[in-house]
Formats: sequence, structure tokens, C-alpha cells
Amino acid sequence: MSNDLHDKNRELWTARLRKSWQKNLPIEKLLPDVQPAYVASWIYTFGVATLASLGVIIFSGLILAFEGPSWYHLSRAGHFVNSLHFWSVQLFFIFMVIHLWGKFWMAAWRGKRLMTWMTGGVAFVASVATAFTGYLVQTNFDSQWISFEAKDGFNSVGIGAWFTVTNLGQQLLLHVAFLPMILGLITVIHVLLVRAKGVVPPIDAFDRGSATTNNSERRNP
Amino acid sequence: MRRQELAELESAPWTGRTRRYDLVKEGVVACLVITVAVVALATFFGSPDDAQITFKKWAISAPSDFYTTTVHELAGTSESAGYGAPYNTASVGVNLGPLYLARLAGVTHPVDTVNDFVIRPLSAFNDTPKIAAGLALWRSADSKTQIDWASNYETALAKADQDPTKVSTGSYGPVPELASGLVAMAKSGLLDGVLLSQGNYFQNDNTKQTLFLGDGKYFNDQSTAAHLQGDTWGMMNETGRYPGQAWLWLYSFWYQISPFNNGDNHPIGANADAYIMVIMGLLSLGLVLMPLIPGVRSLPRKIPIHRLIWRHYYQEENL
Repeated sequence: MSNDLHDKNRELWTARLRKSWQKNLPIEKLLPDVQPAYVASWIYTFGVATLASLGVIIFSGLILAFEGPSWYHLSRAGHFVNSLHFWSVQLFFIFMVIHLWGKFWMAAWRGKRLMTWMTGGVAFVASVATAFTGYLVQTNFDSQWISFEAKDGFNSVGIGAWFTVTNLGQQLLLHVAFLPMILGLITVIHVLLVRAKGVVPPIDAFDRGSATTNNSERRNP
Repeated sequence: MRRQELAELESAPWTGRTRRYDLVKEGVVACLVITVAVVALATFFGSPDDAQITFKKWAISAPSDFYTTTVHELAGTSESAGYGAPYNTASVGVNLGPLYLARLAGVTHPVDTVNDFVIRPLSAFNDTPKIAAGLALWRSADSKTQIDWASNYETALAKADQDPTKVSTGSYGPVPELASGLVAMAKSGLLDGVLLSQGNYFQNDNTKQTLFLGDGKYFNDQSTAAHLQGDTWGMMNETGRYPGQAWLWLYSFWYQISPFNNGDNHPIGANADAYIMVIMGLLSLGLVLMPLIPGVRSLPRKIPIHRLIWRHYYQEENL
């Protein structure tokens, strides 16, 4: 390739994206086999536990989606799959909240990791919305009551004009298509940011003149 | 150390001590452990599934309540009839001071309680002479006469302790026949189908059914028995002895305290739904933008929980 053509290619969006990806998230960062020595606490397992729970939610949710929203009322197998979905959601939130509190006390937004925190926060809000629509599409007494009560909240601020909690069709589509897509996308961005930016170093790691020690001498394990 | 300098150090690739870390193995083990835990929980505890309430169930279990609710719908005095946007223009709805957001959004789901809940469904059940005659008489009257009939009967029914057999004679038009006709229709199970379909083949919007159901006392009583009412943290509860949406605790919390639980005579209590929605919206925004909020973002440094999280590192580095 001539230098002239090479320079022209560098102006392409595709080339720019590739260059930026290679610079910020090389494969060594995406799939690391070493981590800083401070990554040694149980609190670090709650992020991956949240992701694993999300995996079970998606798997059990797909089965429920294929069988239809009323299947689990009529079939023992259906009720079991619904139970898998139910408990994976409960665990998902427990793990995510612990993960979130852990990251708060670590002040994990430090070191230009603001977007990592923000995408995590948006993922939490999107998860609440997704779970809420899930409770609305249970097609049982609980979902009847939740939709009856929740309509007042959404109507009170005008949102109910378009987001109709009493419309099963709308809520089902939002629960199985739109909201999981949003949540999935944000989760992927969040995880990629974690990998690209690395795990935040301990508070005070660079205070008291220790910065030089910590970030200039690499001692292999 | 200046803030900018510290940010540069904290964002730079780590060059201090490292440890082996098998990311893929961690992910696989997490998936296996969580799957086993979920299967165990599902096997031993199952999941809640209290049967839905149908109009048939309501009419059979509480016929008097169903009958009275039907009369309220005809008189235009039910909660749905006076709701306002997005269902009708009967009231201005709740407000945030001078802002009436629901009214601004307009009537996007029109609900005519008289015709949608009573007259139109009964038209599909008019094979009895009494109902057919009652419907014909109702339709022949002007709207003022219709409301007068229904209001007169509503008042008389209340005086008779909601017992139709004890109602004194009066100018009620066909209201008693229409109400008992709808009870009979509901008991037969026909009303459930007719209310949902509203004349269509495909239908998946349950708004009208839910509003009608909520206008009665029966539905409300069932939720009270199941501890689902908003003033008892109901929004985060679940039927039976199962965990509900515990993550909505903060949303539920506001409904338990003053001034939000001060009742309909208080300007904030009467509009609590709107105020709480706005508060939760702002708090959600605050969560996302927490690192930018002075004071809150400094808490992790001031309350040294991080010393516990990174205790090994601090010990090894003598920090």
C-alpha cells in the first residue's frame, strides 16, 4: 500500500475505530491473566456474580418467552422455569446492590472512571425498570394489583399517557425486547469500560509519596 | 498532590505488584455456582403465583360489592369516572404546584365508564327481556335523566345498606335491572371476555378491566389481605411469603412518612404520587451523577470502609 493510500485510509471511520479500539482495549486488557495485587477481596466477585445471574435470567426468560406468558400457570415445568427466573432476579439485585455499594466505598469513579460509574448507575436504573415490567406481565393477582397501583404514579407526571402499565401487550414487549436490549447494551459498555480503564487502585495508594513505589516498580508475583 | 496529578496516576496502567488472575475461570465458576444456587432455590421454594381475579370471581364472591360498583359506574361517581387524564377530563388530576403534568399530556386512553363498563357489555347480553327493555329505556333517555336515575338509585342503595331488596321505590329508571343484569353477566363469565375484547378479535390492553376492578371494594380488600397496600410498604411486597421488589424500598419509603402520607386534604399528601415520582427521578439521576456531587463523593475517603476492602494491600504496603 502506498503511503498516500495509507494516509487516506487513516481518515476512514472504520480505521479510526480500529485504531482507537486497539489503543484503549487490546486483547491483553480484555482478557487479562494478571491483575494488580490489590484486587484481592470478596467484594470483587459480586460484579461477575451479577453478570452470571443476568445470564440465568436471560436463559430462563427465553424459555418463558417461547412458551408464552401464561404457560407457567398451567404446567409444573413452566412453574419451575418461572421459579428459576424469579430467584435469579432476586440474586441479581442482591449481587448488584452489593457490587454498587462496594464500588461506592472504593470511590471507583477515581482515575477518569466516571463513565464506568455512570454506566453502572444507568444499568441499575434500567434493571429496576426491566424487573418492574416483569412483575407487570406475571398475569396473576400480583400483576393486576401492581398495575392498578403503579398507574397512579406514572399518570401523575404525565408518563402514563404513553407508558401504560395496564396494557399487557405493551409491557410484555418492553420486558422481553426493548428493556433487555437497553440493559444488555449498557452492561456490555460497562464491562468494556472496566476492562479498558482497569480496576481502580486503592484510595491513598498514591499519597504519602508512595506513588513512585506503586506505579513505577513492577514486581512480578 | 494536586487533583489532576492524582487523577493521572490513578488512571495510568498499574505498574506495581500484580497477581495471577484467571478471568475466564472466574466467570465459568460464577456461572456454575449461581446456576446451582438458583436451581436449589427454585426447587425448594418455588415462586409466587396467586390466581388472577376475574369479574366472575368478583361477582360470585362479593355480588353486593359488584352490584354497588356498577351503580357507581352508571352514576359517574366511581374513582375511574372522576379520574381525569389520561382517561377522561372529569378532574384536573394531581399537581406539582402549578404544574398539572397529567392534564398537559391529555386524554390518551379514553374511558367512558358508563358505556365501556356497563352499557356496551350488557348489549352483548341482552337476550333477557328485562335487560333488553332496560337498555332500550336507558338509551331513549337524555344524559341528564340517566344521571338523575343513577344518582337517585345510588343514594337509595346507600340508605338501604347496599341491599337492593331494601331499596324504597323511586325514580330509578332501568338502573336496578342494568346493575343486576351485569352481575348475572359477570357470574356467567361472559363479562370477562366482553370487557377485554371490546368488540375486537385481538386485544391485549387490560386498562378498562383494571380500572373497573379497582373501582370495587373486593379487589382492594384482597390486596390488603395480601399486605400489598402502598401504606404498608406494599410496592416492595409479594404475595405469599416471598421476597418482592425489595429494590423499590426507597420508593415505598416516601409513602410511609409525612407529608406524603398526610391524606387527600393536604396539598402534598393529595399529590404524593407526583412528588414521589419526581423525588425518585432526581435521586436516580443523583446515583448516576454521584461522583460529581460535592460532599457525597468525599464520603468514601472520610468513612474508611475502603481500609477493610483493601486491608491486605494496606498492610503489605505499610499504608
